[in-house]
Amino acid sequence: MIEALNISKSFGDHKVLNDVSFRFETGKCNLIIGQSGSGKTVLMKCLVGLFEIDSGNVMYDDRMFSRMSFDEMKVIRQEIGMLFQGGALFDSMTVEENIIFPLSMFTNQTTEEKRDRANFCLSRVNLVNVNKLFPSEISGGMKKRVAIARAIAMNPKYLFCDEPNSGLDPLTAIVIDNLINEITQEYNITTVINTHDMNSVIEIGDNIAYIHKGRLWWSGDKDSILRSDNPELNEFVFATELTRKLK
Amino acid sequence: MIRGFLFHIGRYTLLMKQVFKRPEKQSIYIKKILVEIDNLGLDSVGIVAFISTFMGAVLCIQMAFNIDTPLIPLYTIGFVTRQSVVLEFSPTIISLILAGKVGSRVASEIGTMRVTEQIDAIEIIGINPATYLIFPKVVACVLINPILIIMSMIMAVLGGWLAGIFTGLVSSSVYIYGIKSFFESYDIFYALVKTVVNAFLIVSIAGYHGFYTRGGALEVGASSTKGVVHSSIAIIVFNLILTQLLLA
Repeated sequence: MIEALNISKSFGDHKVLNDVSFRFETGKCNLIIGQSGSGKTVLMKCLVGLFEIDSGNVMYDDRMFSRMSFDEMKVIRQEIGMLFQGGALFDSMTVEENIIFPLSMFTNQTTEEKRDRANFCLSRVNLVNVNKLFPSEISGGMKKRVAIARAIAMNPKYLFCDEPNSGLDPLTAIVIDNLINEITQEYNITTVINTHDMNSVIEIGDNIAYIHKGRLWWSGDKDSILRSDNPELNEFVFATELTRKLK
Repeated sequence: MIRGFLFHIGRYTLLMKQVFKRPEKQSIYIKKILVEIDNLGLDSVGIVAFISTFMGAVLCIQMAFNIDTPLIPLYTIGFVTRQSVVLEFSPTIISLILAGKVGSRVASEIGTMRVTEQIDAIEIIGINPATYLIFPKVVACVLINPILIIMSMIMAVLGGWLAGIFTGLVSSSVYIYGIKSFFESYDIFYALVKTVVNAFLIVSIAGYHGFYTRGGALEVGASSTKGVVHSSIAIIVFNLILTQLLLA
């Protein structure tokens, strides 16, 4: 479980996050939703320590992450897997080398063991025969899946996904959503997903935080979000003609 | 402007503190250093050899044309060529050329990794990205550049010898006599100290600009340019400081 406790973050005079508190539960897909520029990505980067928070705390299973030194953070980071918006695959490495990379850095596994693990992770995300390809040689959806494979290579306890569906067609987006959901439940991971895709919210939103103007505006699950009478949330959820008609 | 300069000096110092932290897994870093020696050092052998040979030849010819009195012995051509090459041309001018070649490569490589979130990905995995990305490059250049510079010295002296013979300005024996004359091994030490300092400046400054790149392709290009310009300025400034310290 990850807890954000009264997190505030500013860039210069611009306050991006204002006293945000939320509990990200284990074994669930925890979604951070909100409009572009609402502070979702900043919140996620604060949670993983890529941005230093101005005030508040981040707790990883009762471990005070936000007050740790860089070296202390490294221990928790080995329990974190992260899927970046653009994949952030190492473009000078092959797909297999990307997945093996964290294993090479932190385990004493043999080359054969690492290769087996890479093959297992790739098969888990339904990818075969791509081991020797470079990231530039595979499609956007495949890159996302390779990034997921890399993220789960070290058996993480916490999985962060920053807009996993961005730039993907609806069918591939659902495949990625379901994959993240399956992995979350299979390995009992605390998964935090940053998205503004309403399909993802309906498909896998076990625990949802709606961020608006840097504040936690609403929280609940995929069932309660459709029945909410919060005007700002409704404006976001039912922004398209299709969702309005469905409502 | 002064505030900006001090900001960069402070941030550069803090980055260097991160760079020289204990690596996560030494065997990986040894492999990376070997790869960087190939990328940053061995890859520069051709250009260094080419420039050095021709510059040595030019130095020899220029010296020969400037000696217009019989009071100055002809072996001075070999002597001055050697001294120019050892004291200044190889350690400083070749370092400036390497600042262009290696510096732009380092800054653009690390800058691209920054804007594509690859550095964030390294950090999330639990690896210190400053150490992982910059340390092997610094070590590689500090190890390989002295070898490149010694090779440059040899090629330049050889270039001068070839130019002297083929133009008929100086005979082989006279040129070689000049090369051997008044040799001080301390000059080589001085040149190598400058080379090591220059190698560190090139990679660390270019790495710094790459590491703090923000934006996209244009900013990567700008970081690359800044890396080359600032490391070149640093080389020139430290050249004066080291010369004063070691030769005065």
